[in-house]
Amino acid sequence: MRLTKRSLLIPAIAAIGVLGLAACTDSGAPTSEETAAVEETVEFEAGTTMARLNEAGAITIGTKFDQPLFGQVDASGEPQGFDVEIAKLIAAKLGIPADGITWTETVSANREPFIQSGEVDMVVATYTINDKRKEVISFAGPYYNAGQDILVLAGNPEGIEGPDDLAGKPVCTVAGSTSEANIKAYTDQVTSLGGYAECLPLLSSGQVVAVTTDNVILAGLAANSAGEFEVVGNPFTEEPYGIGVTLEDTEFRMFINDVLEEAFEDGSWAAAWEKTAGTELPLPDPPTVDRY
Amino acid sequence: MSSVLYDVPGPKARRLSLILSIVGGLLIAAGLIAIFVYLSQPRVNAGGVAQPGIFDPSRWDILLDRALWRTVWRGLSATLQMAGVAAVLAIVIGILLSMARTARSGFVRIPATIVIEFFRGMPVLLMMLFILLVFSSGQFWAGVAALAVYNGAVIGEALRSGIASLPKGQRESGLALGFTPLQTRFSIEFPQAFRQMLPIIIAQLVVLLKDTSLAYILGYQELLNVVLKQGPTTFGPTYLFTLFFVVWAVYLAVNLTLSWIARLVARRTASGRGGGKSRRAARVIAQLGGAGMVGAGTTDAETGHEQSGH
Amino acid sequence: MDAIIENLPRFVDAFLVTVRLLVVSGVGALIIGTIIAALRISPVPALRGFATVYTEVLRNTPLTLVLFFCAFVLPQIGTRLDYTVAATIGLTLYTSPFVAEAVRSGVNGVPVGQAEAARAIGLGFGQTLGLVIFPQAIRMVIPPLINVLIALTKNTSVAAGFAVFELVAVSRQVIQLNGNATVPILVAVAVFYLIITVPLGQAANYLERKVRVQR
Repeated sequence: MRLTKRSLLIPAIAAIGVLGLAACTDSGAPTSEETAAVEETVEFEAGTTMARLNEAGAITIGTKFDQPLFGQVDASGEPQGFDVEIAKLIAAKLGIPADGITWTETVSANREPFIQSGEVDMVVATYTINDKRKEVISFAGPYYNAGQDILVLAGNPEGIEGPDDLAGKPVCTVAGSTSEANIKAYTDQVTSLGGYAECLPLLSSGQVVAVTTDNVILAGLAANSAGEFEVVGNPFTEEPYGIGVTLEDTEFRMFINDVLEEAFEDGSWAAAWEKTAGTELPLPDPPTVDRY
Repeated sequence: MSSVLYDVPGPKARRLSLILSIVGGLLIAAGLIAIFVYLSQPRVNAGGVAQPGIFDPSRWDILLDRALWRTVWRGLSATLQMAGVAAVLAIVIGILLSMARTARSGFVRIPATIVIEFFRGMPVLLMMLFILLVFSSGQFWAGVAALAVYNGAVIGEALRSGIASLPKGQRESGLALGFTPLQTRFSIEFPQAFRQMLPIIIAQLVVLLKDTSLAYILGYQELLNVVLKQGPTTFGPTYLFTLFFVVWAVYLAVNLTLSWIARLVARRTASGRGGGKSRRAARVIAQLGGAGMVGAGTTDAETGHEQSGH
Repeated sequence: MDAIIENLPRFVDAFLVTVRLLVVSGVGALIIGTIIAALRISPVPALRGFATVYTEVLRNTPLTLVLFFCAFVLPQIGTRLDYTVAATIGLTLYTSPFVAEAVRSGVNGVPVGQAEAARAIGLGFGQTLGLVIFPQAIRMVIPPLINVLIALTKNTSVAAGFAVFELVAVSRQVIQLNGNATVPILVAVAVFYLIITVPLGQAANYLERKVRVQR
């Protein structure tokens, strides 16, 4: 057999393939999962959203897919995070198992339109409750109280201690979020992007001096950055995270509020926290649900 | 064409061309090396902390992570699914629209023309948002419908031009044989137009595939979304450049394959015919070349000319 | 309807952003595209190869990817660009190969006999190109170029995902707070686009008819 180029090609490819496979790692290998107990026999009033979802055995939930600690996907595409756990809790109380949940990615700008068009049944996506939004949709909860904070480069070279230090400086945040509306009161050089991860290269390169959003999201970003960023640690607002549902669906809202209050009492809320955000942040006190 | 613009180069001209080639090649190579070196420097960010350079192994070890490739596959199959369904629908809509556009009755023709012009003038993204928010169709079907309607309109126009470029004798002989106008259209004109326009249709399908990436704004889990937007959170922000490179390579591979198929088909169909028809078709293709950024259109104009012998 | 009327200033601002993107990217793409087309037909193989690679790579890359690179990867590499500038650069780069192909097809569409006749009466390379080929090529190039510009108009909408506040981005913002008026808002935005694309399309048809030469 002559050593032609072609006859060497296939063994060469095979060798590279084997070496490559041998060197491969796998960060997405599935791990075991304990799921919340699903209510087997639960009855709802006919005509309510709960009854409809319970009968269908399926629910569509909107969440974030790129929010560290709260709504992100693991390497195999499974959503995980605190928001996801709370959503699973609610679904379980509706009698829907975890595999009956369809997860839809709702970026900040899509949250209200998706609820209004019925694209999703509810949204659990680091969704801050505010009055403007209450005009178009309604909120259950809050299920967590965050506070808007500031992310800077490690070592805080600009010496930013609070939002007042940001006057006249460029800042990055996410379009359509409450953080954007809040920070505009302090500085007018606000860059609004589609996701927080997109703000990080700008902070790295100095194009902006800070990224601002809720402190838990910033903690996740800092943790993922291998020491490049740090959180100032001085929250300057109260950001209650709520669960978004359609404007007129008061019964669904009250049902979710009941579920949340139960979860606050019986420890499942704390367990959900410990499993996800608790890896980075201390367990806070559960908030008080706002029934308006 | 280029070869008739100047005389056959003599020794001096050949030497000059060789020198220019070498100089040009060196400049390009130098440019690439400069970029490479610049990127490899460790990045010192604005706070004075050093990050590894772009080509540092720590940024590329993710390529060995099987989870990354599973994610790539997840995104790619979602993209291909949307593209495949939209492509089939686009061809069907294209056929229907081209028939409506060339109908005898003004009642059919004029609304069809308005509809086609409307959908060709609207951005695909806007159509996707419209269908998603107004019809609550779900992200997949919003993307598919918008892509199918837009590309269907372009394909419809291509088919119409194809039919118009056929020799009139085809239609006349069909009618002379006793076929009704509709039968003539279906059994004689359409097959020929379709075959002639196949390269341009396949090129439009490449455009369709590229446009599936727009669905990420709806939240559809296609390739760009899954690997590039979520990847930095799932795998780590230092991998941004690497992930970009991976997504780019995948898109190039898929699209170049499709374009290559289009060129293959163009060569097959053009070579089987006489010069006149392919030249006419080639001119039509050239005119439509810019429509919707059709890819292989003008390449076929070149092929057409080469085939017609000069 | 009220949502549109009260937000009309925002829509008009966004429309101007779209027009600005279109004009600047269009001019840039025309310049770069013509240069690339010239490289494509030049006798120097290295330049021809470079132009071919450039065209093939950019034609087969989705616009979203090009804009993603300009907006998010470049900052990581060290540039500092305003988002609108980044989007303009991305759109220019993306549109340039299509311009190059249109120009090249125009030049190739001039019948060979013209160049042969020019050579036969003794015109040099530059004279052949300048006096005989280009004037005829321009007639053939304009309709496809206008189609490229129409496509560019529609492509400016993609910048909505990259922090540029053009029409689609602003419409999403307005819809967020006025969910009942989704249809009128989107229709209004569509009308804004049609204001640009329909006249361009009519111009293309008109020019196509005018330059159609009986052969």
